[in-house]
Amino acid sequence: MSAETAQTTPKGFLGWVDKRFPVIDTWNKHLGDYYAPKNMGFWSLFGSLALVVLVLQIVTGLWLAMSYKPAAADAFASVEYIMRDVEWGWLLRYMHSTGASFFFIVVYLHMFRGLMWGSYKKPRELLWMIGVLLYLAMMATAFFGYLLPWGQMSYWGAQVIVNLFAAVPKVGEGLSTWVRGDFVISDATLNRFYALHFFVPFLIAALVFLHIVALHRVGSTNPDGIEIKEHKDENGKPLDGIPFHPYYTVKDTMGLVAFLAIFAAVVFFAPDFGGIFLEPPNFQPADPLKTPPHIAPVWYFTPYYAMLRAVPPIAGSQFPGVVVMFAAILIMFLLPWLDRSPVRSMRYKGILSRGFLAAFAVSFIVLAYLGLQPASDLYTLLARIFTVVYFAFFLLMPIYTKLEKTKPVPERVTT
Amino acid sequence: MNAQGVDKGRRRVLVAATSVVGAVGVGFVAVPFIASLNPSARARAAGAPVEADVSKLEPGALLRVKWRGQPIWVVYRTDQMLEALPTNDPKLVDPTSEVDHQPPYCKNPTRSIKPEFFVAIGICTHLGCSPTYRPEFAPDDLGKEWKGGWFCPCHGSKFDLAGRVFKGVPAPTNLVIPKHMYTNETTILVGQDEGAA
Repeated sequence: MSAETAQTTPKGFLGWVDKRFPVIDTWNKHLGDYYAPKNMGFWSLFGSLALVVLVLQIVTGLWLAMSYKPAAADAFASVEYIMRDVEWGWLLRYMHSTGASFFFIVVYLHMFRGLMWGSYKKPRELLWMIGVLLYLAMMATAFFGYLLPWGQMSYWGAQVIVNLFAAVPKVGEGLSTWVRGDFVISDATLNRFYALHFFVPFLIAALVFLHIVALHRVGSTNPDGIEIKEHKDENGKPLDGIPFHPYYTVKDTMGLVAFLAIFAAVVFFAPDFGGIFLEPPNFQPADPLKTPPHIAPVWYFTPYYAMLRAVPPIAGSQFPGVVVMFAAILIMFLLPWLDRSPVRSMRYKGILSRGFLAAFAVSFIVLAYLGLQPASDLYTLLARIFTVVYFAFFLLMPIYTKLEKTKPVPERVTT
Repeated sequence: MNAQGVDKGRRRVLVAATSVVGAVGVGFVAVPFIASLNPSARARAAGAPVEADVSKLEPGALLRVKWRGQPIWVVYRTDQMLEALPTNDPKLVDPTSEVDHQPPYCKNPTRSIKPEFFVAIGICTHLGCSPTYRPEFAPDDLGKEWKGGWFCPCHGSKFDLAGRVFKGVPAPTNLVIPKHMYTNETTILVGQDEGAA
């Protein structure tokens, strides 16, 4: 769509609305006339996929809320009721539980893409930081949601995580009681977690809006990590850009079809995914008097859980482990200022950056595995090593991005 | 009114005063929102003392009762168990119970009122899991030195049969012993002691 046609006022209903609400302007600004680099490949799919999964979670979640009861006495039975007695309830629930895991898979790939392309670097710092906030809000929602089935893993997982607050010196004990609203995880805790599980997605939706506003302000980046805005044609359109609609809407739809095929396969054939998406102890109702023999958080939290367990108590306090665990997430906020490389993309960075990114990705996966396993001496040692690798990626970044020799960056996109 | 007529000093004072009064108001309004998340009156009342009847408890067995929603253990320790307790001392973090995790009348070698009956809150002092009761001596998985106690499945903390934590495990302190008293020979009242009566 060219700039001239955008100026003409349409007639009829659309014209009536457009006089009162900027439909056409908004459409053009964000879709029809939003230019994205023409070389964004496979890795650019995950942003829009995350948006689709968010909608899926909100819709299935709303429907589940119509049959679920957030009370300690009824919660477990109401989930079984959804699974057995509500028409198609099993599908709604499996879409929601599988959707949670797929949300994290998609977002982890989206974040990894950001690391590869240097998407956090100037002028995209705020875009990246809003993204980290989104990740935090997602983790909060997932944590609140995991208590709701009121199974053994729900109960004891929440017990352990809420007790992390008790490790804070001085105020900890009162703080964890305040979070629970009781002296142990109880009906009061379940009730408030349900309210928060329902509410935080509103926050996520608002943050997604801000994330997209920030993205469209600075423009999408690409595997070359160069600005397409620097080379424009006589109409002021980026030479290396193509309008998001129809080009990327079609491409993302193609990606969505592939994604949905995989998603449906898991929902129908392996909704518990071998005990990883839905853990076996959660098929037993919560018992406040008995901890199951092995407890672990859901897989998307386990890298941080492994770090928590890896840090030994110092001066009789678990607090250092808690600090390390939260620091592992919060350090992402600093990323735009830790990277001192003159180039954005891994394509033109040196061997050190590539090596550290690879080591980081491996450490994340290994820590995720370790967090799922019972602690042993060997595993604790491995967790310590990989926790160090995880932090080295961030903390040494100002050094290795300065040291290494980068390749020359082309003026225009290459593929 | 034109720009020259604006009294900027006065505007600043008014804006500042309104903001301060508004902030104080927000502070007061925040009180119910924050306080409502504390344990309710009902949750606090659930902290009422509970009775544990130990008359039918077998030697070596563990009885669970629920107090404040938490598991309370009552263990009938055999003589063999009691004799083994002091041998653990060198391996413990706090063998003499210096940390204030028990009422004064339980700050003794067996951490109990009567040596044979041990009462404790069955919540690991690490991150709140309920440890598993392992009364047997020298089982395969816990080693030859094991003389009965608790093993926490979550993070591997170990406690002896007086709820004292071993060195080198994540839990920092001994298990907590609640206030309790004997109302007769075989009934223990958990959550209240002579001092409160």
